[in-house]
Amino acid sequence: MKPSLVSSKQQVIRSQNPESRSDTAQGARHKEYIGQRVSFGPEPYAFAKGELMARKGKKKPRLLQGNEAIVEGALAAGCSFFAGYPITPASEISEILAYRLPQVEGTFIQMEDEIASLGAVIGASLAGAKSMTATSGPGFSLMQENLGFACVAEVPCVIVNVMRGGPSTGLPTNPSQGDVMQARWGTHGDHPIIVLAPSTVRDSFDITVKAFNFSERYRTPVIVLSDEVVAHTRETVVLPDPDEIEVLDRIRPSMPPEWYIPYEDTSSGVPAMGIFGDGYRYHVTGLIHDIRGFPTARTDEIEPFMRRLFRKINQSFHDIQIVNHFMTEDAELIVIAYGSVARSARRAVLDARDKGVKAGLLHLVTLYPFPRRDVMATIRDARVVLVPEMNMGQISREVKRVNEGMSQVATLNRIDGCMITPQEIYDWLIKEA
Amino acid sequence: MAEITKLVHKYLRHDKKFPHVWCPGCGNGIVLGAMIRAIDRLAYRKDDIVMVSGIGCSGRLPVYVDFNTLHTTHGRALTFATGVKLAKPELKVIVVMGDGDATAIGGNHFIHAARRNINLTAIIINNNIYGMTGGQYSPTTPYGMKASTAPYRNIEHAFNIAELAVTAGAVFVGRGTVYHARLLDKLIEKAFVKRGFGVVEVITHCHTQYGRRNRMGDAVAMMKWQKEHAVRVEKSADMSEEELRDKFTIGVLVDRELPIYTEQYALVREQATENLPRSH
Ligand SMILES: Cc1ncc(C[n+]2csc(CCOP(=O)(O)OP(=O)(O)O)c2C)c(N)n1
Ligand code: SF4
Repeated sequence: MKPSLVSSKQQVIRSQNPESRSDTAQGARHKEYIGQRVSFGPEPYAFAKGELMARKGKKKPRLLQGNEAIVEGALAAGCSFFAGYPITPASEISEILAYRLPQVEGTFIQMEDEIASLGAVIGASLAGAKSMTATSGPGFSLMQENLGFACVAEVPCVIVNVMRGGPSTGLPTNPSQGDVMQARWGTHGDHPIIVLAPSTVRDSFDITVKAFNFSERYRTPVIVLSDEVVAHTRETVVLPDPDEIEVLDRIRPSMPPEWYIPYEDTSSGVPAMGIFGDGYRYHVTGLIHDIRGFPTARTDEIEPFMRRLFRKINQSFHDIQIVNHFMTEDAELIVIAYGSVARSARRAVLDARDKGVKAGLLHLVTLYPFPRRDVMATIRDARVVLVPEMNMGQISREVKRVNEGMSQVATLNRIDGCMITPQEIYDWLIKEA
Repeated sequence: MAEITKLVHKYLRHDKKFPHVWCPGCGNGIVLGAMIRAIDRLAYRKDDIVMVSGIGCSGRLPVYVDFNTLHTTHGRALTFATGVKLAKPELKVIVVMGDGDATAIGGNHFIHAARRNINLTAIIINNNIYGMTGGQYSPTTPYGMKASTAPYRNIEHAFNIAELAVTAGAVFVGRGTVYHARLLDKLIEKAFVKRGFGVVEVITHCHTQYGRRNRMGDAVAMMKWQKEHAVRVEKSADMSEEELRDKFTIGVLVDRELPIYTEQYALVREQATENLPRSH
């Protein structure tokens, strides 16, 4: 999952003139502005299951934006249900899936709000469909209660949040990374969560596939935390063939229904999941429940349940925590970045190396569970660590937390609705060198 | 074995820890009984039934019965049910909600589910109050009555749930009470077999939270109140507005045909695949 190296010029141009991208006047004007109208003819989007196979062997490069790549990733991972509510900069995901899903016997529905969208996604998943929703800041806020439901009831689903500037209606639709902490802690109560951040168009594809796989394997909601730059950047990508993609499905019960204990602990901590209608009748609830799924107030049932929720994620860090090292081995200056900023950082590191600066990039793909071990090992020998972010410092807090005083941690924060350019990171690297 | 005992053995969960959470005399059990009798008469397979509820005393209903059961978040039962139904249209999806659940926090989902005509049955247990949280006023608490958050009196006007459902586009709307047990059985059965979005509003009592505060007596006295204030839809046609002032109608309010969402979507799928390039 290497971020591809494309000039970020396109992004820089795209990030100016925020007025022309207001929420109200979006639609046509917005798409015109980004220069590539999303077209709905059968050409770019129409290929059904069979055609996916037929395309094999002749991998055509395709010009895609991040949101389109998320759709491609979702379909490749087996997504058959999508419910959503329009919001820029995530709407393309809905629009394209509205076109594509009925072609592959899937279902698209536009719900009355984002609360309803995630509700429908959870319901569809319980009935056996791999399900997804996509939104941006305000909609993500509305989803928080049902997100907690999916955690507690252990319902696989994928939630894409294409971050835009907040809080509130905020900056529609300028880039931001302001929702990192919300993705981690947005729903109430103690809970583990998986959050993945794509940094390029190709990443958007791969990470969406991963998100579905993690959600199925660990029976948990997975958040894909994209940002406006990644979502709307267009670049030429070559997507893998279906047989090159690993697709995982939830483990289903194999015992006779009368032996099925829906929330029984297993070595993986992930119980087999019965599907509505398959003969494994059981109770699903957002209340803390016993191993049969029934509400409980017994301390000896609450504690094991809560601990199992954490354990199923915690004992699989090796699988879930994904980072990319770029020239970090001998680096004295380490940049830790994610999302579109990681791409700018990569460019900056390359340019700084050209000038003889020993710079390196630790690109976080998995934001949560926070890849503590990778970060610690990487920054131990660094002189200074820079965490550039389009927020006031959300991942830098995590880096400082695990740093334990080993290195100096610097931040570079942009909260003006513009992306962080390679130049800004490069300038810092040169100054620090 | 008495009929009721047979149904208890057949449909209540054997592995569930009883007793249930409801107050003695609560109407929720009567609604559950009516639903189970209808399911039994219609000979639905347990595996094919998904019973979905929201949060409240009413929301606890599915936990006791041996179907696929889903206890969701407050007000959101219809949204989860929509997902279940769209992903597996062959399932019989029954949604149980309280008045607060369905028309306050879930009011938007309610009108939209009706408008879409999703093929679901919604049973709304209307006890005029928030039972579970301690008797706060709900959108159906009548004007002038007391509640824990209306200690002087309620100055808001009540929703008429069944009429709301009619206006929003439900294809079947019935209203019954827990007193008129046989009518309730019939209404629920009709709603189950109806294709499209069917609604049954069940007028019931919460003697613990609503009755006590408003000096309406115990469960029995409140059921008598239902008897005295309910008028059959057919009969109400010949009554004056004056005569109907403090009454409510029971029976079938609407039974009509409109295009059903799942069937329409099946057609969309056909349309979507028409021009696809053939492949092997
Ligand atoms: C989002 C949210 N807000 C508030 C509550 C608290 N709550 C639980 S049940 C309930 C009201 C239930 O009243 P109703 O729907 O009329 O059902 P009843 O208990 O009367 O059957 C409320 C407000 C909650 N669980 N979730
Ligand atoms: S509080 Fe009211 S609604 Fe709840 S169980 Fe008791 S009587 Fe029934």
